Amino acid sequence: MHKATSCTKAVEMIPDGATLMIGGFLGIGTPKRMIEEIIRQGKKNLTVIANDTGRPEVGIGKLVVAKLVKKVIASHIGTNPETQKQMIAGELEVILTPQGTLAEQIRAGGYGLGGVLTATGIGTTVAEGKQTIELQGKTYLIELPLHADFALIAAHRADYLGNLEYALTARNFNSVMATSADIVFAEPDHIVPVGVIPPDAVITPFCCVDYIIERSN
Amino acid sequence: MDEKVVIAKRVALEMKEGSLVNLGIGLPTTVANYLPAGLQVFFQSENGIVGLAPAPEGGLTDPNLTDAGGGFVGAIPGAASIDSSVSFGLIRGGHLDVTVLGGLEVDELGHLANWTVPGKMIPGMGGAMDLVSGAKQVIVAMQHSAKGKSKILKRCTLPLTSVRRVSLIVTELAVLEPTEAGLVLKETAPGVTVEQVVAATEATLIIPEKVGVMPIA
Repeated sequence: MHKATSCTKAVEMIPDGATLMIGGFLGIGTPKRMIEEIIRQGKKNLTVIANDTGRPEVGIGKLVVAKLVKKVIASHIGTNPETQKQMIAGELEVILTPQGTLAEQIRAGGYGLGGVLTATGIGTTVAEGKQTIELQGKTYLIELPLHADFALIAAHRADYLGNLEYALTARNFNSVMATSADIVFAEPDHIVPVGVIPPDAVITPFCCVDYIIERSN
Repeated sequence: MDEKVVIAKRVALEMKEGSLVNLGIGLPTTVANYLPAGLQVFFQSENGIVGLAPAPEGGLTDPNLTDAGGGFVGAIPGAASIDSSVSFGLIRGGHLDVTVLGGLEVDELGHLANWTVPGKMIPGMGGAMDLVSGAKQVIVAMQHSAKGKSKILKRCTLPLTSVRRVSLIVTELAVLEPTEAGLVLKETAPGVTVEQVVAATEATLIIPEKVGVMPIA
């Protein structure tokens, strides 16, 4: 099994109009090389599912600045004025979602669950147009699963099989997203022989990872 | 004493030994500076760590270890890295003892609005809706007024963060406890009279026979 591929070849697999889950929290734990390559190849009309849209010069923010994104599903866009500008101008559709709900929608998509029942968002603008359900005396909002064509994952270390280990708060949405896309690209800082990452330290098992981005083109 | 210091010092007195606490960005973060000596509390940051510590000095920061605002932090011995799903599982599942958040408006129902000013500021809710819906104790730490206008209203005018009643509101003038009957004035800041608090507040306050004074110095 050979999962290593160049960043260029990986991004060539992504068609215009694709839905991408991109890991990271304000750029920490965002796969930087893949973002640069998407910009270089000029992929268009992307839908991005991510915690936030970074900053204009950081992480996912660069895709927004390059006007490659048509729709964003995120919990926070406040650190990227460009996202707000394009949203107000009607060039970019933005669906703001509570961060915990977003994580659970992605998890539901990856775990074969039909949706999420949550109290978060009840009675707020988030609940508009959504179904609620009463169970055991409590009202919950029904949030549907999210799934993507591709997940772009930043990891600390990958072994040759694709087992992934993460670093501190750079894990964030990465390990959740690695379960919820048709094709999962892992962009690790280091690639190590199989066995170097002990089984108990593996956070994302190799079966979730389709491609490992090589260290250089 | 600076208004924000009054707020942070008073909120710090709410912390209990061994609690797990999430401090929001800005004023709430400064609560950590005023914890009673010898009290051990643990800090959670929603981007994925339990056991947050102040940033190390002398260039020892790790780019993969930040708080939810993207600022560099440290970790205590015994800290745990977690993904966004686990992080919000802790928040939504009732494992988080206290959340301290800033506020734009709070009302007589104890409802908080703190995530958007439609048409002006649309940063997204980030984790705020989950925190207010899920934490055991929700403390709003904010200045009493903004631009001369009371932020404590009969009814919020801005989109709500949650319809769950918050536990406590701490401002530079007073401590207010939202109850079934309305907002109870529990304490005034040192040197502030009940009349001054009432005059600075749009909401109708319930004034008990004895109103305490914040035990801060």
